[in-house]
Amino acid sequence: MDNRLLLNHESLSHMLDRLAYQVYERHLDLSKMALLSLQPRGVELGRRILERLKTMYNSDDIRYGEIDITFYRDDFRRREEMLVPSATNLDFSLEGLDIILIDDVLYTGRTVRSGLDAMLDYGRPSNVELLVLIDRRFSRELPVQPDYTGRVVDVVSEETVKVIWSEDDKKNEVQLFSPSPKA
Amino acid sequence: MSKLSTKHLLGIKNITVDDINLILSTAQNFKEVINRPIKKVPSLRDVTIANIFFENSTRTKLSFELAEKRLSADVINFSASQSSVKKGETLVDTVKNILAMKVDMVVMRHPNPGACVYLADRVDCSIVNAGDGAHEHPTQALLDAFSLHEKLGSLKDKKILIVGDILHSRVALSNIFCLQKLGAEVAVCGPSTLIPKHIEELNVKVFLNLKKALQWCDVVNMLRIQLERQDIQYFPTIREYTMQYGLSRELLKSIDREDMIIMHPGPINRGVEITSDLADGNSAIILNQVENGVAIRMAILYLLAGSMKSNT
Repeated sequence: MDNRLLLNHESLSHMLDRLAYQVYERHLDLSKMALLSLQPRGVELGRRILERLKTMYNSDDIRYGEIDITFYRDDFRRREEMLVPSATNLDFSLEGLDIILIDDVLYTGRTVRSGLDAMLDYGRPSNVELLVLIDRRFSRELPVQPDYTGRVVDVVSEETVKVIWSEDDKKNEVQLFSPSPKA
Repeated sequence: MSKLSTKHLLGIKNITVDDINLILSTAQNFKEVINRPIKKVPSLRDVTIANIFFENSTRTKLSFELAEKRLSADVINFSASQSSVKKGETLVDTVKNILAMKVDMVVMRHPNPGACVYLADRVDCSIVNAGDGAHEHPTQALLDAFSLHEKLGSLKDKKILIVGDILHSRVALSNIFCLQKLGAEVAVCGPSTLIPKHIEELNVKVFLNLKKALQWCDVVNMLRIQLERQDIQYFPTIREYTMQYGLSRELLKSIDREDMIIMHPGPINRGVEITSDLADGNSAIILNQVENGVAIRMAILYLLAGSMKSNT
């Protein structure tokens, strides 16, 4: 596998600032908004957006939840390896709220589809938007489009885009992994 | 490790510690599911499960059925009393006929020990043992371990006492295997006529005196006297059994262990193996066991279904 840096720590950090500002711009009324990260990969992104929004709104009372979609996947019994479920941390009803669904990479759209299903078990939101860091356009298998996008990338299906969050939050980056050309 | 090592759940004896831990951790996720406003997930929507009960059951059958429905599986129920079994059909024929209707999994309770193993060798589907005679009751042992794990954390070196009719109890045998695999020490206590011969070979301590046994243990699991399985009289009277092996607050007070965790697989015979005030008291986790039963069964069905490839 060859890897190439798509975003370094600094540009990623600016991108998170921008995404948070875009959310802030559209949702001036905090009382109706909630952030919902998709487990496991959306959580790191969601928590960082949450931190930024707390400063912007100058409030700690932003509704934030994490939802696991393992039991809602459409490839159960169709793939070799079983996926290990993660925890759902959601202690409020979604009824009537404006939800911002958060995931790191939007690829086929199937994870988001499962996320929408999982979300409806917690109430009927009045509005749902999708925030992603990386949008792999041209790879979609379902009609799903993001409302907030960090960066759009054009990569082929053999390639993998990985968002890597460092433990100390000082060297986060996005990398593109491509299969090595055959000799 | 995210897959069970087996296609069936026939007993605890033949599954690995990794399997047990995987079931327990998956059950944790399902416990969260069954405490949601909408207690249902779509995972098994293309799976059909037959509950085949050749013996009476209330709790286990309801618990399995609820677990199946909460996973969105299609469920059919069958009880031997209203079936062709009465007309002379064999077990394998009965099950093969049910499978011919495109059923993917079978949950079976049967009065004969080993019935599930026998069936697993002869039919092509996943089988879950919901109790086979006095042999094993794996889902009960797993839900007991899960309930204990919630209370105590790791079960390593914890001391667990099982009291009552050990001889006729499938719960006791499965519990012994399961708890020992998780690193706990197990002892049994009851009248010597109800303690199976050679049980020490399973590395189980035997107590004939309940008070001494209670001083040894961290947790006590009280079993019901299974009068329906007793072909001869194993003790003089129920009253005498209660006096010697019944759990009461006075007894726990006398050893200063009123806070001891008390389990019971149900159904309870109040006033026989346990007094009502203890069964309803704060240290009894009997209803937690029932709640956890649904989560554990969801986890088992989910994991077994996951290892079965879809035909589509």
